[in-house]
Amino acid sequence: MSLPARVATLVIAFLAVVAGGVYVALHYIGSQPPVEDYTSYASNGQVNVTLMTAAQTTVTDKPDWVTYFIQNPGTKQFVHTTYFKVPANTKVNVTIEGYDGCTPLRNPTWGQVTGTEGGVENVQFFNGKTLSASQPISVLNSWGSCSVQHTFAIPGLGLNVPIASVTTLNENNNLCGTSPCVANTSDQANAPHTVVTFSFTTPKAGGTFRWQCFVPCGLGYVDGNGGPMATPGYMMGQMEVQA
Amino acid sequence: MAAEASSGASRPAAAGESGGRRDGLWLLVIWIVLSIIGCLLVALVWGPHMPPGAQSNTAASQQRDITVLATIATPVIIGVLLYFGWALTFWRQKPGDDTDAAPVHGNTKIQATWIAGTSAIVLALAVYGTVELIAPAGAGAGQGPQPAFNRGIPAAASVTSWAPGTNNVLQVQVIGQQWAWTYRYPQFGGFETTDLVIPVGVPVRFNITSLDVIHSFWAYQLGVKADANPGVNNVAYTTPEHTGQFVVRCAELCGIWHGAMYNYGNVVSVSDFMTWAQSTETQLAAVTKLLPPYALTYDPTTLTNLGKVNQQLGLTGAGGGYYNPADPEQP
Repeated sequence: MSLPARVATLVIAFLAVVAGGVYVALHYIGSQPPVEDYTSYASNGQVNVTLMTAAQTTVTDKPDWVTYFIQNPGTKQFVHTTYFKVPANTKVNVTIEGYDGCTPLRNPTWGQVTGTEGGVENVQFFNGKTLSASQPISVLNSWGSCSVQHTFAIPGLGLNVPIASVTTLNENNNLCGTSPCVANTSDQANAPHTVVTFSFTTPKAGGTFRWQCFVPCGLGYVDGNGGPMATPGYMMGQMEVQA
Repeated sequence: MAAEASSGASRPAAAGESGGRRDGLWLLVIWIVLSIIGCLLVALVWGPHMPPGAQSNTAASQQRDITVLATIATPVIIGVLLYFGWALTFWRQKPGDDTDAAPVHGNTKIQATWIAGTSAIVLALAVYGTVELIAPAGAGAGQGPQPAFNRGIPAAASVTSWAPGTNNVLQVQVIGQQWAWTYRYPQFGGFETTDLVIPVGVPVRFNITSLDVIHSFWAYQLGVKADANPGVNNVAYTTPEHTGQFVVRCAELCGIWHGAMYNYGNVVSVSDFMTWAQSTETQLAAVTKLLPPYALTYDPTTLTNLGKVNQQLGLTGAGGGYYNPADPEQP
């Protein structure tokens, strides 16, 4: 092989390695879930945000990971993300459709609802046939009963909401098998779940607030806190408050 | 050796070509003057602004220690920089001068003075550091489950009650978890909260532990910093001396939200503390009943009091253990 050919080969090989490194950096490390922008949907000082929890993530290559979805405010489709944007100094009315089963909290103190309007969450249970009447709840006992699936907590705002789960063994063994669970089939339409609603007010100043789940739901990982618990787009995310 | 010393003492004249002993005298005088000015500035002007401030006795102790160290280091730094600058300015090679520099020989007096001086400084600091570690009850550092330094700290007479003015140390349990701090007050019914509030002028015993990985409790303005290890109680003491807010951070890389694992604590008056503690105890009574009995450490990986459905689902604890070999996936 001539000298120019060897130099060219070396240069090409070097560039290929650099390109591979850049691809890995951008695709795996630098990527961020999409942001659902609710800012233009606020009216009268309020905005409605809808999320969903699922026992699996069949829309990704991590099907055994639990996850949150956020509803796109325009299309009403549930998007696999945990990033959303809301306006500042606005009452955020959150609805969480909870399709996962129960898991004990690592620290039962997170069973206390804090930071919401009235210090409560309102819970409805769907048993496959009917949706129960809404009942306000301020504390959930995740150890003594099957009652909590995840939490929606924004530590920077003092907000903590344990997401109530379906409570019976039968319901926990017949959870929705696909995600998002959007009632495309009778199985999904009849899947047992809860509907949790609560409200909180965003701060007057803008900023980015991280939120997370405090249930150790990263099954199979160290302390139950790896995998989906430590990956943006699954059980942790960010709320951007736009001033 | 004596010949070398004699020879060495006369060498700067040849090297500097500006009068060896005169250079030495000038350097000595300038060094003394600058050192006096520098030490006064560091000790009296900069010292009161040194971190971590003086919100507690441990913080004030650390500030004093840093000031003392900086003051002692000032003449050394000035001496090195002065000699360096003097050499660059007056002993530099002249244009066209290609001759070698004069050979350098040892100077026994200078070497002996240097060794004796630095040894004295280091040994004095060792004694000073030991005394300072004892004086403010461990200087705010974690001392493990059985603290050796507790001078000035009241006895832990009761873990279930506390009142101002009694010979019973106020206990606050610090619990680290991914990714938040919570604080438990065993002497007020054992409630647990995300708010850290402590009274001014009262010795506080922090019992620090973790529910998952290793964290580090760092109450910056209080001068308290101690690792939070799962299954271990790490004790640190402080006595707040001024009211106001302080920052709490995690100082041990503990996962993806480590950088966001911080909040603020407050030092308040004793009466405000009692009001806050008693009202919070009442406010959190419902969730306090669900907490495990107060203990110095907790193991949430194995729970014996799980409900019937939880057990039927095959659950035996809240999450796995640290590097549990039974876990199918590891990082």
